[in-house]
Amino acid sequence: MTTTEKLTRKDFMSDQEVRWCPGCGDYSILAAVQLLLPEINAEKNNTVFISGIGCAARFPYYMNTYGVHSIHGRAPAVASGLAITRPDLDVWVIGGDGDMLSIGGNHLIHALRRNINLVVVMFNNQIYGLTKGQYSPTSELGKVTKSSPFGSADQPFNPISLAIGAEATFVARTHDMDRAHMQYVLKRAYEHQGASFVEIYQNCNVFNDGAFEAITGKENRQDKLLTLKEGEPILFGKDDAYGVALNDLGGLRIVDTAKEGTGQVLIHEEKRSDPSLAFALSRLGIADTEPRPIGIFRDIEREDYGTSLSVQQENVLQKQGKGSLSKLFRSQSTWVVGE
Amino acid sequence: MTVETGKEKINLDSLVIRFAGDSGDGMQVAGDRFTAGSAIFGNDLATFPNYPAEIRAPAGTIAGVSSFQVQIADHDIYTPGDFPTVLVAMNPAALKANIADLPSGGVIICNIDAFDQRSLEKAGYSQNPLEDKSLDKYKLYAVPITSLTLEACKSIGAKPRDAERSKNFFALGLVSWLYDRPYQPTLDFIRARYAKNAQVVEANTLAFNAGRYFGETAEIFESSYTVPASSLPPGEYTNITGNTALSWGLVAAANKALLPMFLGSYPITPASDILHELSKHKAFNVTTFQAEDEIAAVCSALGASFGGAIGVTTTSGPGIDLKSETVGLAVSLELPLVIVDIQRGGPSTGLPTKAEQSDLLHVMFGRHGEAPVPVVAASTPAHCFEAAIEAVRIALAYRTPVYLLSDGYLANGAEPFRIPDENELPAIEVEFATKPNKVLPDGREVFWPYLRDEKTLARPLAVPGTKGLEHRIGGIEKADGSGNISYDPLNHEFMVKTRQAKVDGISESLPDLEVDDPTGADILVLGWGSTYGTIVAAVDNLRQSGYSIARAHLMHLNPFPKNLAEVLSVYDKVLIPEMNSGQLAFLIRSKFLKNVTQLNKMQGIPFKTSEIEAALISMLLTQN
Repeated sequence: MTTTEKLTRKDFMSDQEVRWCPGCGDYSILAAVQLLLPEINAEKNNTVFISGIGCAARFPYYMNTYGVHSIHGRAPAVASGLAITRPDLDVWVIGGDGDMLSIGGNHLIHALRRNINLVVVMFNNQIYGLTKGQYSPTSELGKVTKSSPFGSADQPFNPISLAIGAEATFVARTHDMDRAHMQYVLKRAYEHQGASFVEIYQNCNVFNDGAFEAITGKENRQDKLLTLKEGEPILFGKDDAYGVALNDLGGLRIVDTAKEGTGQVLIHEEKRSDPSLAFALSRLGIADTEPRPIGIFRDIEREDYGTSLSVQQENVLQKQGKGSLSKLFRSQSTWVVGE
Repeated sequence: MTVETGKEKINLDSLVIRFAGDSGDGMQVAGDRFTAGSAIFGNDLATFPNYPAEIRAPAGTIAGVSSFQVQIADHDIYTPGDFPTVLVAMNPAALKANIADLPSGGVIICNIDAFDQRSLEKAGYSQNPLEDKSLDKYKLYAVPITSLTLEACKSIGAKPRDAERSKNFFALGLVSWLYDRPYQPTLDFIRARYAKNAQVVEANTLAFNAGRYFGETAEIFESSYTVPASSLPPGEYTNITGNTALSWGLVAAANKALLPMFLGSYPITPASDILHELSKHKAFNVTTFQAEDEIAAVCSALGASFGGAIGVTTTSGPGIDLKSETVGLAVSLELPLVIVDIQRGGPSTGLPTKAEQSDLLHVMFGRHGEAPVPVVAASTPAHCFEAAIEAVRIALAYRTPVYLLSDGYLANGAEPFRIPDENELPAIEVEFATKPNKVLPDGREVFWPYLRDEKTLARPLAVPGTKGLEHRIGGIEKADGSGNISYDPLNHEFMVKTRQAKVDGISESLPDLEVDDPTGADILVLGWGSTYGTIVAAVDNLRQSGYSIARAHLMHLNPFPKNLAEVLSVYDKVLIPEMNSGQLAFLIRSKFLKNVTQLNKMQGIPFKTSEIEAALISMLLTQN
């Protein structure tokens, strides 16, 4: 179907009042998506947003497309059934870190490994917002919250490492303070055939304000934010003062380019079939001395689940023809009882 | 070898034969083939496979005994038989586990080779029952099945360990001769089933023939029996298990509704065979998805339903627990969905391979909030076909999840299925919304997903892809009509009542409950589910003895047929036999304030006809 008239953000805004807390990072993500969809010529009728439970999960109500606000953690599973049976649709899955990594962790990893044609967008604010401030599976160790007054004893997930480990074919990270980068990453996720996983650092200004300030704050970005760019050396800092290179054990090390030059600095390759380097990049920034990468860690081609099933069905139809009930009922031995 | 038998043949009107052996002895295959041979012969039949939950329990122990019972008859039968008339016991444990069920005078065919000291001890025999006269009241045929099988397979150079595996076919050959079953179907089956291994084909064929010839020639068999063909209504038949019938019913319903079917399922006993069967049928636009868990299984089915397919999920009790939250979501979203529950003994893991009817109240009430769900129950293996079609019909017509109940007994049991004419099956009409259904005060035309059909209260379905009908639905309470989020107290109360009224209103589309009462009885037996066959057999028996008894069987458990109150009011006494502690009885009492008599059995095995007869006679003899 061709859209006769160019759509605008307004076409993708539903008539429902947006009810997130004033100042929430979700607003900028919503705006980024509403602005992106007309730009990539998405059709309202062929777009579906599916969510679970949580603040982020209210997202579908604000999009003038098809949408399902389902139950906690299950959005990837609901979306899987839809995407498999309706390959003609653009199916987006929206959720937070609690929804996708805690109660729904199982569905997320299986949707990713099966490579179901979905764009999975996880808003990571490292806190439970809707239930008013308990620690989440991405909260840092020792975090003091209402449910962890003595500090959380839970080792957090690294969502990018998890997605790469789950055999995801597209893995990326962006943040709510940079609309242009968000739109770039989401557009690439949309264009990827198969499951795309996008983590968005999102500020919860009520229960976990400034969680990413040390990385995404305007004054910190230069030293603490590393933007991965396809085919370019992995550099960061003022005047590209630093680079990322391999160490002797196959891990990563930070190189001072003034001293060592850029010869050792890695060139970023999204399509590298071996996931080791993407995984190593996902570990960067755990230590305070390292920068945190954003951008596309991995974007490889692998037949998506729905296509594999369609091919199987085509083959069966070619071999057997369309199913006949009359033949089915006689597929075992039969006998006739006369009058 | 001689084929001249010269032996007498005796006609029997029915025969109940139980094949029992170690889990690894191939008793299910032997039973299944005997059944298939009988079906082709034109007998009516009913089967009851019974096997341990463990794939291989320790060999030679009681725990490891697997059995397959089949009743074949020249007349309509409704059960696999209360008691076997013939017991094939491949080892001492199989004899010990089953002998109590064999009435005196019954026939035992046992593999004498397996009755060595060690096997006897493992089965808990202190002395050999074949020698201590404890089996005197039976007709005992002790046959060296293992050694004769080995001998038969010697010519092809099969290793003894491999050859021994064919002993089930020796037993089958012997029994096939004894009861005059056609041989060719089994020989064809052996060739097809084991086509990949020529030696196995040969070994099984040799063993099967050796069994036949042994029966013909050995002197211990003084006569052979035959069960004449039965008089089923005219038509073309195939022998079918409940799980296959249910699968075919789902395929047929989706086909008649002209919709793709999506099955989301996670393997679980005794429901997995439906997943296996449906995964073959891509040519019918059936997609099967083996999900990561029970929750994803039902969620993916619901997602597919949102996209315009008929979403189905299949499971057993533990899976129902896990799916409950999603079923509640389906109630709220008002999307079509069929949840198949092949009930088994509970609670928890319970008795995975045994049957029970103990999930009725769970599927009625097992959700938070007030979330009514229609319930349909199958009553015989072949009836699973019709029940599946009915579940799909209700789901699509009323945009609702529907529970379809079967159980382990129906799932694995088999009976003749009269093949319907494809065109005889009712069309299922599904209408999707294609245009806006509401004009707002400002003149805008919009689609309201909860603006209901006035008659059925079903909501309109607009599938993604439909231009201009974009809308959002979710698990939060919705405003009547628009479907937008609403926390309004009166709206919530209205929606609770409306969802209930919609499900109650399904009764308008149901036929009246039929009562079989030829003589104007005072007493009614009311059943549901797999007790059907046994109830019919018990009532028939008592009527033949001159008793007056009425009988009715419910296929719809929620809502009930409209005339059920009236039916109950006609009878002074109502007996409800159930394989649970009285769940239908609970519903009937609470809904109709009618006292009923319960007959309950929670042993993982079906009622015996005699148990229902005894309960009825006791009621008939009791004044008031």
